Amino acid sequence: MSTFLGMPAAPPRSPYGTGNLRGDRKFPAAAHDELGNDQLRRNLGRATRTIRAKRIDVTGELPDWEELRDAGSAIKTDTMNRLPELLEQLEARVTERGGTVHWARDGVEANEIVTRLVRETGSSDVIKVKSMATQEIGLNEHLEAEGITPYETDLAELIVQLAHDKPSHILVPAIHRNRDEIREIFLKEIPGVDPALDNVPAHLAAAARAYLREKFMTTKVAVSGANFGIAETGTLSVVESEGNGRMCLTLPDTLITVMGIEKVLPRYQDLEVFFQLLPRSSTGERMNPYTSLWTGVTPGDGPQDFHLVLLDNGRTAALADTVGREALNCIRCSACLNVCPVYERAGGHAYGSTYPGPIGAVLTPQLAGMHAAKDDPNSSLPYASSLCGACFDACPVKIDIPSLLVELRHQNTEQSGTTAEKLAMKAAAGVMKSPRIYTAAQKAASFSRSVGVGGRDRTISHLPAPFDGWSDSRDTAAPPKQSFRSWLASAEGAETMRAAAEEGAAHPAGSPDEGAAPTTEGPDEGAGRTDESPEGDQ
Amino acid sequence: MTTPTARDTVLGRIRDALALAPTPAAEVPRSYRTGRTLPDGERLALLTDRLVDYKAEVHPCTGDRTAEVIAGILREHDARRIGVPDGLDEEWLSAFDGEVQRDSADIPAPSLDALDGVVTASAVSCAETGTIFLDGSSGQGRRALSLVPDLHVCVVDLSSVVAGVPEAIARLVPERPTTLISGPSATSDIELERVEGVHGPRNLAVVIRTDA
Repeated sequence: MSTFLGMPAAPPRSPYGTGNLRGDRKFPAAAHDELGNDQLRRNLGRATRTIRAKRIDVTGELPDWEELRDAGSAIKTDTMNRLPELLEQLEARVTERGGTVHWARDGVEANEIVTRLVRETGSSDVIKVKSMATQEIGLNEHLEAEGITPYETDLAELIVQLAHDKPSHILVPAIHRNRDEIREIFLKEIPGVDPALDNVPAHLAAAARAYLREKFMTTKVAVSGANFGIAETGTLSVVESEGNGRMCLTLPDTLITVMGIEKVLPRYQDLEVFFQLLPRSSTGERMNPYTSLWTGVTPGDGPQDFHLVLLDNGRTAALADTVGREALNCIRCSACLNVCPVYERAGGHAYGSTYPGPIGAVLTPQLAGMHAAKDDPNSSLPYASSLCGACFDACPVKIDIPSLLVELRHQNTEQSGTTAEKLAMKAAAGVMKSPRIYTAAQKAASFSRSVGVGGRDRTISHLPAPFDGWSDSRDTAAPPKQSFRSWLASAEGAETMRAAAEEGAAHPAGSPDEGAAPTTEGPDEGAGRTDESPEGDQ
Repeated sequence: MTTPTARDTVLGRIRDALALAPTPAAEVPRSYRTGRTLPDGERLALLTDRLVDYKAEVHPCTGDRTAEVIAGILREHDARRIGVPDGLDEEWLSAFDGEVQRDSADIPAPSLDALDGVVTASAVSCAETGTIFLDGSSGQGRRALSLVPDLHVCVVDLSSVVAGVPEAIARLVPERPTTLISGPSATSDIELERVEGVHGPRNLAVVIRTDA
């Protein structure tokens, strides 16, 4: 209605309680349990190390890698600026070429559209290509509830589906499973599998091939996502490795593609940028084994009934945020997950969303919101980061994820009203403004030390609320016996300063800066250290 | 007043979002490498290196040996029943003594599973990434044909091999159903260990005709 009034209204987030954009618990609680799983940490550590090395090799061999990133970033920004016209153009081209375009305000509506389209074919089974969008809206769960069986055909998605599990990585959803676990899952869940199946990856892949072959040959409907949709030509693209995508996009009579509205690209030529950025950032390959490009319906080749479902589900809400909008530029390569020290240790499940890792920590709250009043688990996601910046460096479209995280932290604090932390910070600001009160406060702090705050290693491991969030995850150095100010005013301080000045005069060859630098020896060496321990296992 | 459609609502939301958070127009800098050319020898060496890296077989030969080389590959793979698309040069299979099934749209795709292999031509190839593009035009066939059989013998003329991705994209016709193939089907889904051969052809043999 807003358009009639001429006053823009803030678009809605993905409806609360729908889809897979919110976990049951806040990140620290979920991560705490995941960290206790040694197997998970070993699997993740090995996998992310491997892929990081591969990505560095293949991105390093292109002399124009940075120019490609600049182009990719600008194409995406330009796309967001012109989204209405580009989507209308895409719709027109797809329709001209014999496809049907549907629009979905949210995941619930998209699920209903897909279910109706499947029903119209008379099929009770669908084969699926790995798709983040359909995972986001919980399409499989919805289809099952409606009596339609979805078969995931990507090997990792199949592993996740057979194990009744959730994906934990954008690219390799079963990254949390090792070969022995996968063998167990296959033995238990694949009908008619050879009981002598061992844990060799090639044999496990062969077992999946044999199981899915019959599904590919007989199922009449496929559901896919899309990596790119070209406005200029109406061409859609799916990037994959195994050939399950080609099977689903080619063999069935009906193809239903669910695509987020932000996946549109203006020109066919833009693929020359993204076909270089995506595979190298994603799997660390020069090119992924297979990419399919199709435009509407081609007589005599592939599905003769094609539907494109354009999905909002909170994307317009993200678009309405000047800073947060950048998260929509994501091409789902997962490079940021693989370089993130938090993701590497906590794993994907801790984020509770289809989109884990650094990009998930910004995209999930943008799409689904951080409902402070409901103590929303999503409000903890912007804090699931040490802000080290590795994700920004790795991002092929240069999304400044650390700045987005900080902005979301700010928004969360603004939303969450008066908290104990806010009051404490306000009080601290008052103290720091007045030298007299500040000195008194320091004296009080050193008194507290003398009465036993701080353990044997002179650190404080438990602070009272509201600072317990801080002390639960890191130790704080106990305050020194004496503040610098009181030490300087003492006889010992005066003597040390005089000796230092004499030493500086005796060695005039040193640079003036070095000579004037105060010694780092404090009144209480060691306990006065304020730098954080570098080994910190975030 | 009628209820707005989902289309109207979504487009309205986008316009609202852009009004609430306007950003300056973005110029796209295209200073990355485009329009590159490389001599024949370098394109051949680069494409071969990439394909071998993907565990594809590479058979460089002159055009007059095409039939002989293809027959040798099919014999090596014990492929007796071969599918070919419409428009494929008949001469290419003149040295093959097995059964040849000429493909057509009315052959059900699942029955292609009974073929031992398929021989196709190609539209364009990118040397730097080892990628072969099929676009469904004459001699390349519908997409199912080069997908379902377990062996794909693909003929690439060196004159159709370009240096990089932008040069390859520039040669494509967007409306044609296009498949980019970089080696045989593969997965890294189990502990990120690459395994060749999942659902697509497990064997890819590329015949590069150096004078064609």
